[in-house]
Amino acid sequence: MNAIDVHGLVKRFGDKTVVDHVTMSVAEGEIVGFLGPNGSGKTTTIRIMCGLLTPDEGEGTVLGFNIRTESLRIKREVGYMTQKFSFYEDLTIGENLEFVARLYRLKPVEEYVARTLEELGLTTRRNQLAGTLSGGWKQRLALAACIMHKPKLLLLDEPTAGVDPKARREFWDEIHRLASGGLTVLVSTHYMDEAERCHRISYISYGKMLATGTVEEVVKNAGLTTFVVQGPRLAKVAEELHGRPGVDQVAPFGATLHVVGSDRKKLEAALADVEKEHEGVTVAPGETSLEDVFIQFMSGSKDNMA
Amino acid sequence: MNSVFSFARLGALLIKEFIQMRRDRITFAMMLGVPLLQLILFGFAINNDPKGLPTALVAMSNDQYTRAMVSALQVTGYYHFDHVTESAEEAEFLMARGDVSFVVTIPADFASRVERGDNPQILIEADATDPSAASGAISTLSTVASQALLRAQGMQAAAAENARQQLQVVVHHRYNPEGISQYNIVPGLLGVILQMTMVMMTAMALTRETERGTMENLLAMPSSPAEIMLGKVLPFLVVGAVQVAVVLVAAKLLFDIPFVGSLTLLLSSVLVFVLSLVLLGYTISTMARSQMQAMQLTFFFFLPSLLLSGFMFPYRGMPGWAQALGEIFPLTHFLRITRSVMLKGADFHAIATEVGWLAVFVLVFAGTALLRFRRTLD
Repeated sequence: MNAIDVHGLVKRFGDKTVVDHVTMSVAEGEIVGFLGPNGSGKTTTIRIMCGLLTPDEGEGTVLGFNIRTESLRIKREVGYMTQKFSFYEDLTIGENLEFVARLYRLKPVEEYVARTLEELGLTTRRNQLAGTLSGGWKQRLALAACIMHKPKLLLLDEPTAGVDPKARREFWDEIHRLASGGLTVLVSTHYMDEAERCHRISYISYGKMLATGTVEEVVKNAGLTTFVVQGPRLAKVAEELHGRPGVDQVAPFGATLHVVGSDRKKLEAALADVEKEHEGVTVAPGETSLEDVFIQFMSGSKDNMA
Repeated sequence: MNSVFSFARLGALLIKEFIQMRRDRITFAMMLGVPLLQLILFGFAINNDPKGLPTALVAMSNDQYTRAMVSALQVTGYYHFDHVTESAEEAEFLMARGDVSFVVTIPADFASRVERGDNPQILIEADATDPSAASGAISTLSTVASQALLRAQGMQAAAAENARQQLQVVVHHRYNPEGISQYNIVPGLLGVILQMTMVMMTAMALTRETERGTMENLLAMPSSPAEIMLGKVLPFLVVGAVQVAVVLVAAKLLFDIPFVGSLTLLLSSVLVFVLSLVLLGYTISTMARSQMQAMQLTFFFFLPSLLLSGFMFPYRGMPGWAQALGEIFPLTHFLRITRSVMLKGADFHAIATEVGWLAVFVLVFAGTALLRFRRTLD
């Protein structure tokens, strides 16, 4: 049985379709990255899955429970970490955890809270107001509160936004540790390095699911060709490359330019011209990154909207 | 079964609310300080039967009848003659400017007419832009005038003899013989203060969670609408109880309001009243999208309930439709209960209808709130 199995989900707000026929399945124990630009419908999709929103169309199950009729059962088995810190800032760390433990009827409350504080390393700061914690600590507290009742599925909505790299690294180590214990994780993110730490990724844009699979599969299926341009006066070269047939993206990376296109022949022709016109400029085949693929998706879907 | 209601989850919500209430020092202080402040302020300030109103006297002559008349008016306590003039124009001007509430005109031929027994007249003009302010003063006039004349004419004994044979109307001011406004105002203030704080505080309950972003989390965790509702309103029953104690003790100590009825009866009806208020506030909270909207809805409810409940103006003075409208406010029924129990010593039988009304409000508000509660973020 898949932890998440939803198909054809549609959610409209007014005349705006925020989630447009999204189909998704996540196997047990998998870490799936949910990617897409701002306002692409990631949060809405996650909210539908944990019963906070009812879909206008579409069916599905989460942990075997129907998302339309059994949302209360889902709520008890799922841990949902919201994008914005949504525990009580005017309660202390300890009081927040006690509140969650009591709501899930975990007994004995004190044991659960003490253990969670211990694991977090917050035992000494138990009586500190949650609102006074830094972003990284808030995120760790929220995660700890979400997994205290031992959920089978963890839904994380941009958990690492505004968190420093070290805290992010530790966060992801924690996620992998949890997944190895059998927990299924669906995590939405903007960061490419985080996407690469997922078993599989799904890319959503303007409510539509555009790609899904492992990072390698997604990159390969995008069918992009990338060349690396080196040489003097690259800014001028970049300017000339923009808008040429076959050139979709030109992005400076340190002392090099990454030139990406979907039509290999046209791209090669364009680069051959530039190589000829500028002395000292060399072109070599490069590797397409996940970021290149996403930027391609984003510009592509914007065109669809227009 | 336990997905619908669990005492453990309600307990979790209650503990959380009490902690938050305690941390919010200003609000907490307001919940206790405001009742006391309002009680003292309004209890001492409001007077439905004003005395010592500024009066202008237009006297054309200074004879014994005029003097008797003036002193009789002064003795009532309602009139304070601070302008004496012979000019009707000047008096007119004083009244137009609002310097005086009354102009008493005693014509030049007043004395001679009295002596001749020729239908003597005096004119008292009242500034009726505020009718209730003048009504007490006017109501004393007829007896004051005739007795003043009799006394001046030395016919007191004869008149007394005369009066004994005539029809006598006896008026008793029951429950408040001296007509002390505070006896009316202070029990009413209990209801008004409770309504103010209880409705407003609970009206913020859900919108505050929504605005702080904690609603999403609360809804994502297993808690049922009934648990959330009770978790939000029950703490305010406790606050209400403290307010009631503060107001009742102050009423006794500061204003010496007589308390003739059963305290148990009063307190149990207060409980039903407060329950209806917190549930009303919670219902508002399920409708409003922001704390601002909740405030506006609360005030939209406040004014008519203050004006139509009989707290500020006599309920029976309103036309039938307005009285019917007044019935839909819990405050209306509560005012009847407190005044009956505190001043008249009414038993349960006498106030059963009013308590019944309050119970209906409780059920209606609770039902509406549960139906309106959005389990999702849709």
